[in-house]
Amino acid sequence: MGFLRHKHLLGLENVPIEDIQTILDTAFTFREVLDRPIKKVPTLQGKTVVNLFFEPSTRTRISFELAEKRLSADTVNFSASASSLTKGESFKDTVQNIEAMKIDGIVMRHPVPGAPIHLTKYVDSVIINAGDGIHEHPTQALLDMMSLKEKFGELKGLKIGIIGDITHSRVARSNIIGLKKVGAEVTLCGPPTLMPLGIEELGAQINYNLDEVLNWADAVNILRIQRERQGVNYFPSVREYRALFGVTKERVEKLDKPLTIMHPGPMNRGVEIDSDVADSENAIILDQVLNGVAVRMAILYLLLGDKPPEDKD
Amino acid sequence: MKKLLSKRLPPLFHIKNGNIIDPFRDKEFVGDILIKNGKIVEVGEKIEVTDEVAVCDVQGLVVTHGFCDIHAHFREPGREDKETLTTGSQAALAGGFTTVCVMPNTDPPLDSPESIRFICEKATDLPINILPIGTITKGMKGRELSEMSAMYEEGAVAFSDDGLPLVDGGVLRRALEYSSRMGVPIINHAEDPTLKLTGQMHEGRWSTKLGLIGIPYVSESIMVSRDIQIAGFTGGRLHVPHVSSEKSMEYIRNAKDEKWLVTAEVTPHHLYFTDSDLEGYNTYLKVAPPIRTEEDRQALINGLKDGVIDCIATDHAPHTVEDKESPFDWAPNGMIGLETAFGASWYVLFENKIPLRKVIELFTVNPRRILGFELDLFRYGVEAELVILDVEKKWVFNEDHIYSKSRNSAFIGKELLGYPVGVISTNRFYSNDETFFSKYMT
Ligand SMILES: [Zn+2]
Repeated sequence: MGFLRHKHLLGLENVPIEDIQTILDTAFTFREVLDRPIKKVPTLQGKTVVNLFFEPSTRTRISFELAEKRLSADTVNFSASASSLTKGESFKDTVQNIEAMKIDGIVMRHPVPGAPIHLTKYVDSVIINAGDGIHEHPTQALLDMMSLKEKFGELKGLKIGIIGDITHSRVARSNIIGLKKVGAEVTLCGPPTLMPLGIEELGAQINYNLDEVLNWADAVNILRIQRERQGVNYFPSVREYRALFGVTKERVEKLDKPLTIMHPGPMNRGVEIDSDVADSENAIILDQVLNGVAVRMAILYLLLGDKPPEDKD
Repeated sequence: MKKLLSKRLPPLFHIKNGNIIDPFRDKEFVGDILIKNGKIVEVGEKIEVTDEVAVCDVQGLVVTHGFCDIHAHFREPGREDKETLTTGSQAALAGGFTTVCVMPNTDPPLDSPESIRFICEKATDLPINILPIGTITKGMKGRELSEMSAMYEEGAVAFSDDGLPLVDGGVLRRALEYSSRMGVPIINHAEDPTLKLTGQMHEGRWSTKLGLIGIPYVSESIMVSRDIQIAGFTGGRLHVPHVSSEKSMEYIRNAKDEKWLVTAEVTPHHLYFTDSDLEGYNTYLKVAPPIRTEEDRQALINGLKDGVIDCIATDHAPHTVEDKESPFDWAPNGMIGLETAFGASWYVLFENKIPLRKVIELFTVNPRRILGFELDLFRYGVEAELVILDVEKKWVFNEDHIYSKSRNSAFIGKELLGYPVGVISTNRFYSNDETFFSKYMT
């Protein structure tokens, strides 16, 4: 089953460009469904999808859940804190128990990189990665690409800046990989302490001067910043972060062309992004949220659906 | 429990036509070994025996000293579900080892004379020599020195808090000073925790690609450098375990140039694998220190070539399947290594044109020299500890070759070169090769 090259969506790394194209095209047709008064199609009737969340997440889980419901799939939510799992029942037992209940697909969010790849060894269901540690978050990158495509019509040749903590960002990783595949240019900007070694090898450039990046870019994806991670401070203060890497009203106003603003949420207003910027007409942050549902519907359908895309109602 | 085939040696046992490698005299010749009541009587080119004698013709096979591993974790006491002294001994024999030094990071740790005695007493009935390493500090807490002298009297052969680094340089200084009168080394697991943080694999392009938090090589080299300077300053005896990075090699080389009492070991897995092998998140390759780059691997091989690294040690670290089936960040560090040690090392070193005789030294006289053990195992009257090797055999390691209680080996499915077909230890003949065994032991 499935209309894509691979059975699962584990990351964008192994997704060929044709499949990215198919996902985005399908997402746009589902986007039309979302604009109808009755936003539901029977596409996945009779299929069961488990949302397996080993890490707290509201947005992504709701987005997936909504996508599943709009496609008429049966959904079950399973949330567990990672700490209880490290001690008690093993990961393998947990997932095998869930699969024993006859399910078709698993949407998994997990704090450990590579966990979805791990999961493929223990279950037969279709697996969709909803974020694995700092590794990948493919549906987020796809919804970002969809939003860019909606805005610009074409992804090829677009200049995209990604601003913030690159080291700990699965959003950044998947975005770099995806955007490179479709022929966009990517420049990363953030404190050097949060720039991972060898990230250029994924095809991105690094520029530590935010004003230069904002001037160069057609759109910027601003990442949520966290000053402390497991007791380690990666930059001295929020004030200094904002001074160097905050996308402020003043910075944006100085630009001589409009700059499209994206943020995967949740935002720290006044830290990595100013409220005026986030709420400006060039911001497509809320479109990203809506497109998120459409992209997830597309992926669920392409991986779990029975009928080819053309015959879809 | 899985055991090798074994039989008591006949009173007079004559090994004939072996390619005998004597790593103590650095000699290699076709010849014979005569063993009487489990002890070496004679080693020479042709031995005439008039008494009734059991003959074992090993033409085409190498016969040399039994291997010595100075770094293994047998998990007893505390985690007998992973390994015991008994099961670990079988794994050792399968790999050609007749002497194994066990690390003290057990539960409780081997940090008292009583715990050292516990291991020594348990080991008396076992088919190999098991020699305990005591902790450097009480409870491995890195603060107060353990009763090293009393542990030494009970049979501790070295001191280490392995698994954990000694972060406090002052404690290391006092440990090196205090142990110097016993002449045994301090072994410090060199990984600076403030640089390692929550790192999961070597920091570089692969950690970035896989989204795993990286462990920079400086987390090792900075501590190796510090340890060596303290060793130079105190004149104490320092052994650097499982060297993994090119940078650490520079400091060890420098220490040797200064003629300080510094020795070093490398593991077979650091010689065989590189960080790119972690693609796919194989938790069996999660080890501490981490597997590093191809450049590091080449530096380690060169270190063996020119003697900067003294020996190969397994860091045999058994873990249950359940533990290793966890997602990567939650899986414990370590892999088993006794069964594969020679096959993996010889595979790599043969490719790198290091002669067999040199490789044998890395498993025999060199580790024994570090801990001050008997070096001349071909001397008259010595308890026979020998390994018989088919050094030309290419084989693929699989789970059937495992004798350890655990199965966490990244070598499963990998090609190895050289196979230990038989071992003589504690007046018995051991083999995991039925054809070979039945040929001589019927
Ligand atoms: Zn260690």
